[in-house]
Amino acid sequence: MAERQERGMNERIRRLRRQSVETQPHIDIERAVLETEAYQMYEGKVSVPELRALTLKHIFSHKTLYIGEGELIVGEKGTDPQSAPTFPELCCHTLEDMRNMNDRAVVNFTVTEEDLRIQEEKIIPYWEDRSMRRRILDSMPQEWRDAYGAGIFTEFMEQRGPGHTVGSAKLYEKGYLDYQEDIRAALAKLDYAGADPEVLNRRDQLNAMLIACDAIMILGRRYGELARKLAAECQDGQRKKELLQISANCDVVPAHRPETFHQAIQTYWFTHLAVTTELNPWDAYSPGHFDQHLGPFYERDTRAGILTREQALELMECLWVKFYNQPAPPKVGITLKESSTYTDFANINTGGVTPEGEDGVNEVSYIILDCMDDLQLVQPNSNVQISRKNPRRFLKRACEISRKGWGQPAFYNTEAIIQELMNAGKTLEDARKGGCSGCVETGAFGNEAYILQGYFNLPKIFELTLFDGVDQMTGKQLGPHTGRAEDFQTFDQLWEAYTRQIEHFLSVKIRGSNIIEALYAKYMPVPFLSILTNDCIARGKDYNAGGARYNTSVIQGVGTGTITDCLAAVKYNVYDNQNFTMAELLSAMKDNFQGHDRILNLVRNKTPKYGNDNDYADGLMRKVFNYFVDSVSGRPNMRGGTYQVDMLPTTCHIYFGDVMIASPNGRLARKPVSEGISPEKGADVSGPTAVIKSCAKMDHLKTGGTLLNQKFTPAVVAGEEGLDRMADLVRTYFDMDGHHIQFNVVGRETLLAAQKNPEEYRDLIVRVAGYSDYFRNLDKPLQDEIIERTEQDFGC
Amino acid sequence: MGTPLVFNIQKYAIHDGEGIRTTVFFKGCPLACRWCHNPESQRWQRELMFHKDRCTGCGACVSVCPKGAAQSGEGCAGCGACADACVQGARELVGREYPLEELVRELEKDRMFYEQSGGGITLSGGEALAQDMDYIEELARRLHGKGYSVDFDTCGHVPYANFRRVLPYADAFLYDVKLLDPEEHRRCTGVDNRLILENLRRLSGDGGKINLRLPLIKGVNAEDEYIHQMIGFLKAENIHVYRVNLLKYHETGSGKYGRLRRSYEKTGMSPPEDQWLERAADMFRQSGWTNIHIGG
Repeated sequence: MAERQERGMNERIRRLRRQSVETQPHIDIERAVLETEAYQMYEGKVSVPELRALTLKHIFSHKTLYIGEGELIVGEKGTDPQSAPTFPELCCHTLEDMRNMNDRAVVNFTVTEEDLRIQEEKIIPYWEDRSMRRRILDSMPQEWRDAYGAGIFTEFMEQRGPGHTVGSAKLYEKGYLDYQEDIRAALAKLDYAGADPEVLNRRDQLNAMLIACDAIMILGRRYGELARKLAAECQDGQRKKELLQISANCDVVPAHRPETFHQAIQTYWFTHLAVTTELNPWDAYSPGHFDQHLGPFYERDTRAGILTREQALELMECLWVKFYNQPAPPKVGITLKESSTYTDFANINTGGVTPEGEDGVNEVSYIILDCMDDLQLVQPNSNVQISRKNPRRFLKRACEISRKGWGQPAFYNTEAIIQELMNAGKTLEDARKGGCSGCVETGAFGNEAYILQGYFNLPKIFELTLFDGVDQMTGKQLGPHTGRAEDFQTFDQLWEAYTRQIEHFLSVKIRGSNIIEALYAKYMPVPFLSILTNDCIARGKDYNAGGARYNTSVIQGVGTGTITDCLAAVKYNVYDNQNFTMAELLSAMKDNFQGHDRILNLVRNKTPKYGNDNDYADGLMRKVFNYFVDSVSGRPNMRGGTYQVDMLPTTCHIYFGDVMIASPNGRLARKPVSEGISPEKGADVSGPTAVIKSCAKMDHLKTGGTLLNQKFTPAVVAGEEGLDRMADLVRTYFDMDGHHIQFNVVGRETLLAAQKNPEEYRDLIVRVAGYSDYFRNLDKPLQDEIIERTEQDFGC
Repeated sequence: MGTPLVFNIQKYAIHDGEGIRTTVFFKGCPLACRWCHNPESQRWQRELMFHKDRCTGCGACVSVCPKGAAQSGEGCAGCGACADACVQGARELVGREYPLEELVRELEKDRMFYEQSGGGITLSGGEALAQDMDYIEELARRLHGKGYSVDFDTCGHVPYANFRRVLPYADAFLYDVKLLDPEEHRRCTGVDNRLILENLRRLSGDGGKINLRLPLIKGVNAEDEYIHQMIGFLKAENIHVYRVNLLKYHETGSGKYGRLRRSYEKTGMSPPEDQWLERAADMFRQSGWTNIHIGG
């Protein structure tokens, strides 16, 4: 195993990777301190956007810099690798939170006594009543709190800033001095003649963007100076040269547009640091179509003879380690205690098509795949976009890496993404420039603020429906009275009641989300991110206030498999075949099926299930999906855009199951609900083609992303033929408009052994949901769940 | 037209011919090979499989059985009432009648996978060509007419006329040959092999595309001598084989015998070593065949 830890193309990379993987994550209190200083200096004296920009500038002017041994790409978010800055303006950790971080069993963050002292003396007193989390929770109506507390839905922005955030080609076409010119031009165009009542807000916003440009340029300059200083002190001729190269790069970027492949990566990385230091939005500012953005630099530099493929790969691997150096900021309260691990989702889109609609695969695409294969790091969380136009060689190379069983890359369907984006109102060109970020969420990179609002527990709402709106875990009347289920004479009556409950909770959720969006627009603008997102400069409006060209709010439906099988269990057994009565079913559910073997057998083993290409079950999936998507899509949000849906759970299906009693499909109390659009565990018994067909009966194009997990044992995809068949599965699913598929290629025995002896399987990575993680980092229920996910094994 | 029994429809079959396929397993076989890993495929009647390990002795099966056969299996008519009643899933009815229309509909479900991968449908068993041939011919004709590739996985022990009936619709024949010695063949499979070898000859002569499949069992036929003889036979008879698969014997089916209340006599049989399989493949290659695969 020790040998497998040593990944990387050469000694430099192996050393950097080793350092990154072996360093204990720790809290970095410096950002919070600098931020507090900035607020104490400026709050009340300047506008809110300027306050935010001045804060970033203060941080970048004074933060500790880090250039590690052998690094070619420089810059850390914290003081050194594996340090996690905190964001007290979003959520202010209590001392108990800080101790939990230090003590929790999975992926803990070291917190020193000094950190605790600073938190207690400086941070908490200032931020306790100012944090967004406090403002949000104080603003939420009681019905929202009740539903939230019962696990009907979650809220994304209570601990992190709005996202998704993904970079576009713009980053490589301009430097921040150029952006400042654009901003000044927009300032010059402001209309003070009286026609624009927003004009002062626009002025403040644009001035803040100017300051934010200064902030990143200060960071770049400081790194350049540090590299030059280190070079002067360096005795090793080779390293001296490298340090001088780094400082020369920093003389160009981020102030000016990059001129070389090396500078292009460096400017991206500085930008990444600035976006993720400014606020901590979701998705860590993924570079998006990185291969397409870097392609021209690679071509030019290799032709000019200043870059070899080997060197390009080395720079890419240096960047990969940089990503891995950044642990996601720890959360607070119960989420902190319970969320097992957290990597920042910088989901890079490799492949796809160009803005002109041509095959987007270039040599850098293969370099990225080689880099992933070499390093096998869970972060950045890279994927491939597969278009009909991409060569099969590219698809097969991606399959080849995927089948090694560490969970990456996931596969996304370019043609589906484009249609989803166009269906949501984007232009064809903006759609082609788009892709997926986070787990599977579709967005128009560089042009859209598509903001996840929270997961929505569809099976739990069905549970409430069966009990006239009463939560069985607490006995509280949470939903409206929609009638006693025993009195419904037909399935349609039950369905009608279910839709009324869904409608109720959607309204509660959306009212809350609208308030939260408005709070962010007011208190937490992001002038730096706004520079990068079209058309914030032209509109003089912040990313968080509707400045982007497209503004979408997304609610994620969870539990497709479970809710479908629940509907099927009731319709098939209670109404269509009268195998048992509703009263009998409800009593079995309350008893967790103890002493109800007959009913359990019927619902588990003798009822049509989703995931088997069975139209009876799959038809119910469509019914519930269509209702959900039609109810959400197109509702207005607070930023001038609309709501839409994704069908993915990340790891929320475990929490959502934990708040439920046994369900009609035989799922026992507190067990996870199904994840993504995958079938309920153990329900799919007809092989992968049937799973894919069932899933494809959902109209993916109406969503902003869906997630399908397919687990294989290695035997299934062995050999050249196995590779070809895997590629065929992907292509066929995509021909059916499937949005995303990912593979877990591991044996059950392997997983069981890994659970027993985690130390021996430190390298074992599994695909969790929209991302991969080390198996040893997952807590036991999640490990159990991955073990239980139906294995599609078809040995001959 | 009769309606044969089907005991399994296997989707995403990737070892039974080209591409992604759906394999239909018809119930009933003229052979009863000692090493058969699908013993439930041999008989022509519905059968009950009993998973002893899952049984809790609750007695639900006994109370519903119209023949009083739930416990001993004596007189079981394969009606399946006990399987429906069993809460533990300890009883599984093997074999159901599949009306032609329904089977075609089922097989069409994976059309897009076939078309993407160059796959199709494989009719297997038991023995597909020993079923009601009106049904089988019509099935093959319809599937072929819809543009799907149709392969037959066959033991060869059927009247040659049956081959002739499906030849216009078949893409390939996955043709099993177990032994060359007629007496040995009878001892191990219950029938001698003259018809099988004769059909192979004629099928080749009539232009059937043949994928020869050789199950290799140590203690039965996994010997250099047998491979030499096989190569000699193919050459002497001028049999055209486009692909040869060397199938390593495995015991994964042995548990099923107990579930069918039958006994599995595995004495003297074991899997050949991988090294030997490689050698056998080389022997074919040295004799001029290039398309040799170990495994399905």
